[in-house]
Amino acid sequence: MVLNINGKRHEVTVDPDVDLLTVLRDYIGLTGSKYGCGEGACGACTVLVNDKPSKSCITPVSSVAGKEVTTIEGLEINGKLHAVQQAFLTIDGFQCSYCASGMIMSAVSLLKDKPSPSEDAIIKAMNGNICRCGTYPYILKAIKLASKS
Amino acid sequence: MKNPDYLSHPFEPTKDELPPGAGLHFAMDRRKFLKLTGGGLTVAFVFHDLFLFKDETLATETARVPASGVGAWIHIGEDGKVTVYTGKVEVGQNIRTSLSQIVAEELMVPLSSITMIMGDTDLVPFDAGTFGSRTTPQMGTQLRRAAATAREALVEMAAKNWNATAESLKAENGMIVNTVANKKIGYGKLTKGQQLVMPISDNVKTIAPKDWKVAGKSVPRINERTFITGKHVYVSDMKLPGTLYGKVLRAPSYGAKLLEADISKASSMAGVTVVKDGNFIGVAAPDTRTAEKALQAILPKWEESKDHPSNKNIFDWLVKNASAARDDRNSGSTKGDVEQGLSGADFKHSQTYNIHYIAHVPLEPRAAVAEWKEGKLTVWTGTQRPFGVQQELAEVFKLNKEKVRVIMPDTGSGYGGKHSGDAAIEAARLAIEAKKPVKIVWSREEEFVWAYFRPGGVIEVSAGVSKDGTITAWKFNNYNSGGAGLATQYKVASQQIAHLPSNSPLRQGSYRGLAATANVFARECHMSDLATLIKMDPLAFRVKNLEDDRFIAVLQAAAKAFGWNGAKTPGHGYGIAGGFEKGGYVGCCAEVAINSNKEVKVVRITQAFECGAIIHPNHLENQVIGSIVQGLGGALFEAVEFASGKIGNHGLSSYRVPRFSDIPRIEIVLIDRKDLPSAGAGEAAIVGVAPAIRNAIVDAGGAALNTLPLLPNGALP
Repeated sequence: MVLNINGKRHEVTVDPDVDLLTVLRDYIGLTGSKYGCGEGACGACTVLVNDKPSKSCITPVSSVAGKEVTTIEGLEINGKLHAVQQAFLTIDGFQCSYCASGMIMSAVSLLKDKPSPSEDAIIKAMNGNICRCGTYPYILKAIKLASKS
Repeated sequence: MKNPDYLSHPFEPTKDELPPGAGLHFAMDRRKFLKLTGGGLTVAFVFHDLFLFKDETLATETARVPASGVGAWIHIGEDGKVTVYTGKVEVGQNIRTSLSQIVAEELMVPLSSITMIMGDTDLVPFDAGTFGSRTTPQMGTQLRRAAATAREALVEMAAKNWNATAESLKAENGMIVNTVANKKIGYGKLTKGQQLVMPISDNVKTIAPKDWKVAGKSVPRINERTFITGKHVYVSDMKLPGTLYGKVLRAPSYGAKLLEADISKASSMAGVTVVKDGNFIGVAAPDTRTAEKALQAILPKWEESKDHPSNKNIFDWLVKNASAARDDRNSGSTKGDVEQGLSGADFKHSQTYNIHYIAHVPLEPRAAVAEWKEGKLTVWTGTQRPFGVQQELAEVFKLNKEKVRVIMPDTGSGYGGKHSGDAAIEAARLAIEAKKPVKIVWSREEEFVWAYFRPGGVIEVSAGVSKDGTITAWKFNNYNSGGAGLATQYKVASQQIAHLPSNSPLRQGSYRGLAATANVFARECHMSDLATLIKMDPLAFRVKNLEDDRFIAVLQAAAKAFGWNGAKTPGHGYGIAGGFEKGGYVGCCAEVAINSNKEVKVVRITQAFECGAIIHPNHLENQVIGSIVQGLGGALFEAVEFASGKIGNHGLSSYRVPRFSDIPRIEIVLIDRKDLPSAGAGEAAIVGVAPAIRNAIVDAGGAALNTLPLLPNGALP
């Protein structure tokens, strides 16, 4: 199976129904996307598929063949952070940071869609992402900061 | 393999989680650091002056620590680089940053020159673990004094070299500066070629918090960039060459016994290793999918035990199964005649409070990678107790501790839930047979079912109060929750307080704040109800019965910022609660609104927090907010459902944790007491939320809810 991840072509031999997250992490070595629940309920595994947020832990790998997949590793270009990453760096609001990749990918997708979202729109878009450390107020701050940049 | 007995072991938080007789000998650690650090200056902290704190809860620990033990050390290399060795670990409390700040402050070096080596049993001195909010007050204090000792030693060395007086020299930016002769020398150059080891001086002078330049500031978090780019390698991300993926066969219910299992089909699968050892069956395979298939190919027969309680009848069960033995460890003093105090009171109020079991749900589940090499076992695992896991592994595999190395990379949180070495033992067991490194990452379901929970509990409170608002009697029985926060923090002439351990049907253990989340809930609900009974303002009633100025200060600071005496919105309710725990003081105010469908919305939370001199204001505020948010879950809707020895809600779609949409307006007031030693902040801040919300619901005219969680369905009954 041929996959397009962060603009690079990857060929993997794997059952077509294996989830995208496992393929990214175990076969391609991109471990930035995290396993949190295995049922699409926590958002730690969020990646972009053709720019739309996708819970990679419940996405069969065969369904993304021929599509563009972007993971957290694909945001930083030539050492330059994505504006959303930069905003999170400035706010310094994470604790354990295990949710960070999924939060950032969901935020990137939201801001692509709505560059200046209201607080309600941010909450709605981000509600599928869990931060068990409870840093939600900081994540909101970072997304608002990114929306201004 | 010795079957770990923890599955049936209802361990008591704060006591049984500590390894028995923990502690290495100085001689051993001395070798460890001499071998490691090479030339340069090493300052080690010797344990005999570790426990200067008058905190009673630490007293039992002191006895465990050999007088000759070493707690931490700091090494200054010939290149001027500073390396700090500590057994504490980073689980998201951002302690790597605050400990670095402390060292940078005292040693007068740039933050960037410091490397923290944390939680690697081969490299760092013994440490019981990262829990109990002890890193800042204990390890922080040790490192502060070690760094100050190093600074003083460097000044003296330079004074000798230059034949100058120490008074004419100062330490600055990694150099000793001779202010008279206008000369400078870097720390590394000064110690070059010598191997110097010194204990911490008893009389060392540390910098007063009011003069801090690096500590006390919100410096950028260390390694932040690696976390927001996905580059940080958590244990669940690790892979050594040839690593196999492991899976463990789980029992269908608690207490089930394995009668037989046919492993032949699984064993014949290509690349698959199957281990059957007692009740343990596990597989290792080159990829997860194959491991899952192998596990499914095993056909076990189990004998399930009957007579399990469920979350519907758990409170009766806990009371019925409580041991008569009273545990007064943390109960303060039992004094006066409580029955007489009750009968002579103007008003009396008795109430039973119930606390459901809840789960920690660290977003990174338990994970371990185990590798055997030449008889030595190395395990990377996410744990709050690397040395505790080292001991567990040594016992299970009958090894000397020196043959077991546990490494803990910064991990995906714990909240008191990662004290044990379950995944480490499983991975190590599989790796013996597979003769390759094995990685185990628990599924979310395994994490819910096979980890341990915050204990459920039943708390009976009876109190008497006189017309003028004096509490005359206080009787408090806690079944099963634990001893933390048990003693009343108010003045009461006659009191009788007990913790009665019970036979918990679920594996239980530490949780953020330990039993204080339960005990403070019951106490603070009861305090507000007593105030209502005598028609006194609940804040005034608390202050009247308090002697502790720090507690009064946080209650008043929270009330002031909240507008406690200000205008009230009709239909809204206002509640207050507070307490202190592990050196942190919290005052919490909550506002709720109840609509016509009896649905309750938490409108806002205002919380004041004080834990001595603040080291990192932004990260402290973050801990306080995080505690409030996590506390909201246990207050409002988190509860473990169980019956017949099985967990009902074992996924994040069925066990609800707080999300963005659950967060009220939160306002934090941090009180910086530069005159007091810094204490930990990860726990105390959680205890006020639940009772403040409950008291606000009562104030709004809702029912007096006395069970946590308060609103499992979002609405009043």
